[in-house]
Amino acid sequence: MNSLWSIALATLAKDIRLEWRSKDALNSMLFFSLLVVVIFSFSFDPLAEESRHIVGGLIWVAFLFAAVVALNQTWARELRNQVLDAYRVSPAPANALFLAKALGNFIFVSALEALMTPLFVIFYNLRVLGPAWQLLPIVILGTWALVVNGTFFAAMSLRTRSREIMLPLLLFPISIPAVLGMVNATTSILTGEASAHFWLVLLLTYDVVFTTACLGFFGLVLHAE
Amino acid sequence: MKRAFPIFAVLTTLLLVYALNQALSIVHIPGVAPTERTMGDVQRIFYYHVPSAWTTFLLFSVNLVASVVYLIRRNPVADAVAVVTGEVGVVFCTVVLVTGPIWARPVWGIWWTWDVRLTSTLVLWLIYVSYLVLRRFSDSAQTPVLAAALAVFGALDVPLVYFSIWFFRTQHPQPVIGGGGSIDPRMLHVLLINWLAFSCFAFLICWSRYRLERLRREVEEAQALESLLGPEGVPAPAAGSKMPLPRGQQ
Repeated sequence: MNSLWSIALATLAKDIRLEWRSKDALNSMLFFSLLVVVIFSFSFDPLAEESRHIVGGLIWVAFLFAAVVALNQTWARELRNQVLDAYRVSPAPANALFLAKALGNFIFVSALEALMTPLFVIFYNLRVLGPAWQLLPIVILGTWALVVNGTFFAAMSLRTRSREIMLPLLLFPISIPAVLGMVNATTSILTGEASAHFWLVLLLTYDVVFTTACLGFFGLVLHAE
Repeated sequence: MKRAFPIFAVLTTLLLVYALNQALSIVHIPGVAPTERTMGDVQRIFYYHVPSAWTTFLLFSVNLVASVVYLIRRNPVADAVAVVTGEVGVVFCTVVLVTGPIWARPVWGIWWTWDVRLTSTLVLWLIYVSYLVLRRFSDSAQTPVLAAALAVFGALDVPLVYFSIWFFRTQHPQPVIGGGGSIDPRMLHVLLINWLAFSCFAFLICWSRYRLERLRREVEEAQALESLLGPEGVPAPAAGSKMPLPRGQQ
């Protein structure tokens, strides 16, 4: 267990250092979601009252699309110089690699969300009517729901032709309940009309089920030869 | 065994023709379905919609079982069964999704609603289409493992989809079998005959597709062997090092 976390943390530190120096994933995600925000606000141009009902959907769709940009780059980096093959033959547990990649993506997507949320607030004149502190667990659970399966399916689509297209095709159908949970939880807190309790439980269940499944199957996908 | 397939094909065709007549009551023989009192003839689509849905779930369940068996045993037969049931399941699921709105438009007044059964079926269809896309886009030796893992992920997803949409109100009619609804015994009889016919039809297509899949694999193996050994079965010089060495030289 100890070696699992020490290897995971070492890989995570390496990924963060690489990202800090190149800022490839973060910059492309930021610019991409900025474009989505601007295009959405042109296309809908809502009043403040209406925007409360739709912005939960817009914000998560923007993050979902942007996350795919980062997720696609997760494993591509390891293909250069056969790094992934070195991982495969090394005695390090496969799950350490998976946890490091998933946590890394979680950090990158969370950073994106922290930077983009103020823009949404400004462009759509948002004022939260429900209990705002509940947005924090929604963001954490929702982001993890996106990245845990995203990291897994990105590893899966490594072995396919045109892998950049493959990832959303695999990820989006499976993510439907999670997206529904995030969007409805956010909307019910923004409007203050309903409780987000059910959706939080749904997101938590989704996270637990799929984190377990990903950890159970990742070794199989990594070593599938 | 070679004769079994054409015999079964003929029997299935006869059963399908009989079931079609019973459902649409083209020729009035005993046991044809009566016309529904309020919906009229539109209701007859029920004899295709419901059996297709049952067959879809049967096929996807077989797909899941075959995928799990493949993950445990690495049995190529299980993988071939998974390919076949996945493909045929998507076809039947498409029939369900197409016949549903055709019925819903005159009866409910709308083509589609985000109801729990409709949405779960749609998501199931999406998951299995992505399953087929994965199968199509990755043509390496690892494809069966990846596809089987995806099938398990899809199965984990379905209950979550169901509960998340169940939280909204539901509009679909309650199940007529085992639920609160009631049904004329003659209609039930026709429904069960249609289900039998559809299951046989699905099995027939799966059987035929399975034979094709096995042939495809045999051809692939033969080609791989030929590229390894050369056309006359003589080891090609480049592949010589891969041949097992006699015991004394290892």
